[in-house]
Amino acid sequence: MKETSLINLHKSNGAKLVEFAGYNMPIQYPDGILKEHRFTRTKSGIFDVSHMGQLFIYGDDILTKDLEKIFPIDLQNLKINQSKYSFLMNENGGIFDDLIITKISKGYMIILNAACKINDYKILKEKLNDSYKLELKENLSLIALQGPGAKNILGKIIPETTNLKFMHGGDFNYNNFNLYVTRSGYTGEDGFEISIPNEIAENFTKILLINGSKLIGLGARDTLRLEAGLCLYGNDLDTETTPIEANLKWAISKKRIDDQYPGSEVIKKQFFSGVKKLRVGIKPDTKVIARANTKIYNDDNKEIGKITSGTFGPSVEYPISMGYIDNNYSSIDTKIFLEIRGKKIAANVCKLPFYQKNYLKEI
Amino acid sequence: MSEIKFSKEHEWIKLEGEVATIGITKHATEMLGDIVFAELPEKGSKIEKDGTAGVVESTKAASDVYTPLSGEVIDTNQKIVDDPAKINEDPEDTAWFFKLKLKDKSEMDSLMNKEEYDKFAKESNS
Repeated sequence: MKETSLINLHKSNGAKLVEFAGYNMPIQYPDGILKEHRFTRTKSGIFDVSHMGQLFIYGDDILTKDLEKIFPIDLQNLKINQSKYSFLMNENGGIFDDLIITKISKGYMIILNAACKINDYKILKEKLNDSYKLELKENLSLIALQGPGAKNILGKIIPETTNLKFMHGGDFNYNNFNLYVTRSGYTGEDGFEISIPNEIAENFTKILLINGSKLIGLGARDTLRLEAGLCLYGNDLDTETTPIEANLKWAISKKRIDDQYPGSEVIKKQFFSGVKKLRVGIKPDTKVIARANTKIYNDDNKEIGKITSGTFGPSVEYPISMGYIDNNYSSIDTKIFLEIRGKKIAANVCKLPFYQKNYLKEI
Repeated sequence: MSEIKFSKEHEWIKLEGEVATIGITKHATEMLGDIVFAELPEKGSKIEKDGTAGVVESTKAASDVYTPLSGEVIDTNQKIVDDPAKINEDPEDTAWFFKLKLKDKSEMDSLMNKEEYDKFAKESNS
């Protein structure tokens, strides 16, 4: 099993370790998922996401044009150090991976899901015909600092990072090492993702800890992203689901809707004519939790969909789920039924996200 | 004198006369993590040894609660349904699950004492 450069720090902080995408990763620390979740929402949490892929593709304007033949976004108007959420798709518009692509001075940096990164690399290398240098960096760690306190804590260490705008990044000097920091994350909070050389990752994380942040495990990362209405690849997104069905139409460039890229025909059709199934938020009427693979029924007992993620929302303090439902039932407040342990539980389609950040309360 | 016994499904059983109070062990709560949902058997229902008698859910997963003994459910602890976090806080005392009027007291014989359970829990953990 692979380990990240923070493995010793996880162990010395009492992490419960589990295998995730081939890596030995912390699922939680002694505080537990509820406390870790709430600490991130009120203070700030440190997430080791070094298992995710950091892919660099080097090239110039021609590379931009070639990547537009792969990704459904407007890369020509992406500024240097600006990031966008996008997808690697198959010919049917099904999603191989959801990713963050950032334009850097030498080309592009793409953050990939851990379980998908090797396959993504192969697909991209093949599609780009070996015309460009691709590097899936193993010498870099990725640390996310998330929460209302993140800005102040990172600002104490690297003051210039506080000027970064959301979905923008830049190079920063730290003890004569170069860090690439973006204002982004996957928790529904303000925060940063810090790409940092392996040899200083542990030392840097210790400084975040000294400044009052805490290590947070993958368990709380999952409850945080679900409260924020964000998708988990493998649960909510897969090769059988298109971005339009996933209710991520906003991430498809309308300007490029007539262009060709894998899945572009399906995407264009769904973009204008709609979809048969749609990802929605679901809130059961009771305290019972509807987890992945729970079947969804209408009031005539007809199966109309399936839950893809579900847990208890520690900040909203009720059970939360997302799933795909027949589009005829996707409007907010539609009454539906969930089959849980043989019983039909009443539930409602609800708006996403479950947790709406109140930016005025930012510490 | 009350007698406390333990089951292989990580329940504790406190016997007072004909009535057994049943809950889940501290070891079980540590394995489950933060409990956020609890479902208990209905008062007045008759349940059979090793059958399901409820559910507990953590943020991560749902787990069945089994009854280690047969009998009639004469009381349930609504406090843990209203505030499941109590199960993590005080699993082996105030956060009991249900009380059973036993059908066959001899079913108690197959359960473990504290020393045997501690050994069992330690082994099942490794």
